[in-house]
Amino acid sequence: MTTIHKPEVTEQEPPRQSGARALLAFLRNTWRGLTAMRTALVLLFLLALAALPGALLPQVALNEPKVAQYITDHGWWGRLLNKLQFFSVYGSVWFSAIYVLLFVSLVGCLLPRTVEYLRQSFVQPVITPRNLARLPHHLRAEFDSDASVDDVVAAVRRQLRGWRLRQDTDNGAVSLSTERGFLRETGNLVFHFALLGLIVAFAVGKMFMYSGQVIVLANGSEFCNSGVLNYDSFTPGLRVDGTHLAPFCVKINDFTAAYTDAGQPDYYNSNIQYQSGQDLVTNTWRPYDLHENAPLRTAGDRVYLLGHGYAPQFTVTFPDGQVRTGLIQWKPDDTSTMLSEGATKFDPPDVTDTSVLITKQIAVTGLFAPSAVFQNGLLTSAYPGLRNPAVSLDIYQGDLGEDTGTGQSIFTIDQSMLANGRLKQVDKANLTPGQTTKLPDGTVIRFDNVRQWVSLQVSHDPTQVYVLVFALLMLGGLIVSLTVKRRRLWVRVSRTPADQTEQGGRTVVEIGGLARTDQAGYGEEFTRLSARLLDAARGRSPGQAATPTGGKDS
Amino acid sequence: MPVDEMLAHNSQYAYTAAVTIYVISMFFYLAESAFGRKAITAAKAVAEPAKALVGTDGATVTGTTVGPDPDAPVNAGVRGNRPLAERLGRMAVALTVLGATVHLLSIALRGLAVHRWPLGNMYEFMSFVCLVAVGAWLILLQRFQIRRLGAFVLIPVFILMFLGGTVLYTQAEPVQPALQSYWLVIHVTVVSTACGVLLVPGVASVLYLIKGAHERNSAMFMRLGPKLPTQATLDRLAYRTTIFGFPLFTFGVICGAIWAESAWGRFWGWDPKETTAFIAWVVYAAYLHSRATAGWRGNRAAIINVLGFAVMVFNLFFINLVTTGLHSYAGVG
Ligand code: HEM
Repeated sequence: MTTIHKPEVTEQEPPRQSGARALLAFLRNTWRGLTAMRTALVLLFLLALAALPGALLPQVALNEPKVAQYITDHGWWGRLLNKLQFFSVYGSVWFSAIYVLLFVSLVGCLLPRTVEYLRQSFVQPVITPRNLARLPHHLRAEFDSDASVDDVVAAVRRQLRGWRLRQDTDNGAVSLSTERGFLRETGNLVFHFALLGLIVAFAVGKMFMYSGQVIVLANGSEFCNSGVLNYDSFTPGLRVDGTHLAPFCVKINDFTAAYTDAGQPDYYNSNIQYQSGQDLVTNTWRPYDLHENAPLRTAGDRVYLLGHGYAPQFTVTFPDGQVRTGLIQWKPDDTSTMLSEGATKFDPPDVTDTSVLITKQIAVTGLFAPSAVFQNGLLTSAYPGLRNPAVSLDIYQGDLGEDTGTGQSIFTIDQSMLANGRLKQVDKANLTPGQTTKLPDGTVIRFDNVRQWVSLQVSHDPTQVYVLVFALLMLGGLIVSLTVKRRRLWVRVSRTPADQTEQGGRTVVEIGGLARTDQAGYGEEFTRLSARLLDAARGRSPGQAATPTGGKDS
Repeated sequence: MPVDEMLAHNSQYAYTAAVTIYVISMFFYLAESAFGRKAITAAKAVAEPAKALVGTDGATVTGTTVGPDPDAPVNAGVRGNRPLAERLGRMAVALTVLGATVHLLSIALRGLAVHRWPLGNMYEFMSFVCLVAVGAWLILLQRFQIRRLGAFVLIPVFILMFLGGTVLYTQAEPVQPALQSYWLVIHVTVVSTACGVLLVPGVASVLYLIKGAHERNSAMFMRLGPKLPTQATLDRLAYRTTIFGFPLFTFGVICGAIWAESAWGRFWGWDPKETTAFIAWVVYAAYLHSRATAGWRGNRAAIINVLGFAVMVFNLFFINLVTTGLHSYAGVG
């Protein structure tokens, strides 16, 4: 392989050149340098090195809050790293520079190698060396025989099926020059081209991908992939503006989690229905059992079940007899017990006057435990499944501050409203399903029951199939290239004395071998093969004579 | 299903027993080195390949071939007449085989105890990787004359197993739902196997560097140097094992990507574990390149190989401790 790689050219300082010439020479040298094996090696190292911070430092793409925390914790050092794009390594200028260079180097390396490969597939094996005894593997046999040189050669050739072969005649001696293992080159080129393909497919995928996350109540609620606003969070690729999402809808009918006695999750599943394509027009729903490791694949997108949680349902009966029901997800604080916290917020009905409204808003907040245990009056959960649900509530009334313009968390109340006294705690209660509590103004709050919610992720990546295909091609090419050995074998058959052609002479068979790759181990094959060829030359069926025992392969 | 405590305990005993047997066999290897003066130089290169030709045609055959391989194990003389070193060496191998059997038993019992494939946390990976390393070495022993290297393979195995049994030990328990997938089973099995296989070239390359240092300056590694096989043998051992381990690792990473696609919504996300796997892969690619680049063969290639293995170990075990990613299912902390 290396043989076809020209060594890097260290050009002598040329005499004087015109500007254009100098530029040309510069470009040519750059290109040569870039496509040299050594450069590829150095670039590979740089790539490995450049990828390292991505494993050791928090990354924006994976965990943004953690990056912010890291920067605050590390002062100027954190800020410097941030400036140098160490928190988004794989999009950074320097990382891109390295892989673009490697890509160019790869292309520059593959083009000439492909040409050379094609040329070599047409040329015949090299001419047989004069002195076979000087090769690393050599064998010479002489025996009485009446067979003509041509017959012996024909017999030998029959044993060399699968070898690329050329035959020459020289002074009555016939020589065969053969080689095998050209497939190694094929494998190597397939590997590198597939690598090229993989990089391209990966990059294109990154441009046209999107993924989004959304929480949906598992009570028959629907989610439609019709716009970015339907998501809680959305990450588009560079070329995605969110206007052409693959249309489909899902309806989450239920969610089941099974736990071991110790509270370890055993499996999750959710019965859903979905529609896409023509089904959207005819409004046909198809069932699907969504569970871990089994995303719904539809409309070119995938829908994953990522997580789950509880949503306690409360009914508020206002003093005037009006009733409102609130159902919103609470967030699990501890995924092993599913102790959750949240805030379910209510506006009093029929109040349009904001000055009144902001004295009457209600927030039902606190903790929810699927399997409640009270320790010193504090609610905890003993088990993640719904064995004994209960809530421990802090109920607030007043101004929730929803009109302040700052986005509110759906899981908490605005603490500043509490601090400035516009929101007051009016009640505290521990409730189980069906129980109620009454606020000072006569409002009754009932903990009805609890529902489950699921968090879904929708992913779109149009090229991932190609990436897989290229990856498999790479693997195939790699295996071929690493296992096939390139080797050469020469056979020369002559008669002695040279003029003695027919009866009563002796046949001389000389065999030489050379391995062309640095894989040792040709010795064993040579020993076996040469014995077989010799048998054929002597007119015996191969294996009839005791084959010499070769050593173990190295 | 609940964990079968009794099986879990027995698995634990077997683990300890395996580590103990490995340590004992390590001493036997060392004793072999101590009693055998020098590495036995195998039957030299020249051989008469076709002596056995029979026939009535008065055939004469002469030839040279590089082989039987100088590294190949020599079948030492008849029974009862072996030198002490030889006997010690054979006992060492027998002990290693015994250790590996008990080790395998430990892993099997663990699997039976938890009713799942026993590759669910770091303790289990570590154990499996070590078993593969020992197994790979025993297989290579059939092809190369490397018995004296036994101790050097067993040292890292011992260290890893010791860490696995103490610091990283995790109680037998089932795994979370995301991990219940046959792709995952294939993925972790293949990757851990590759890691175990690649331990051998890692060790061989370290020894290659030691041997080289000794050859350049015989005062360095004075005791160890002369007992090691030739640099050529060590290099070949490293290369031949790497070209088996590397495609295996590539396949393992592909399986991981397939699984990640169905579990996490993307096949590749530059999660710390994925990133480090990528780095290890690139380093091994660099190793293969280095062997085809003038000026990079030999020492540099050996260093790259050691580096590659270091990254593998770092990835399989320690990345879980220093960062948190999706792969943080290690069950530690
Ligand atoms: C993008 C990064 C690259 C990677 C990951 C890579 C990877 C590999 C691997 C794994 C091998 C060994 C398997 C085989 O022989 O097929 C290899 C061999 C080879 N690569 Fe690359 N390669 C890269 C770029 C390049 C470039 C830019 C060149 C040209 C300078 C190149 C030239 C070669 C050659 C000549 C061999 C054969 C070596 C031998 O005969 O052992 N590669 N490459």
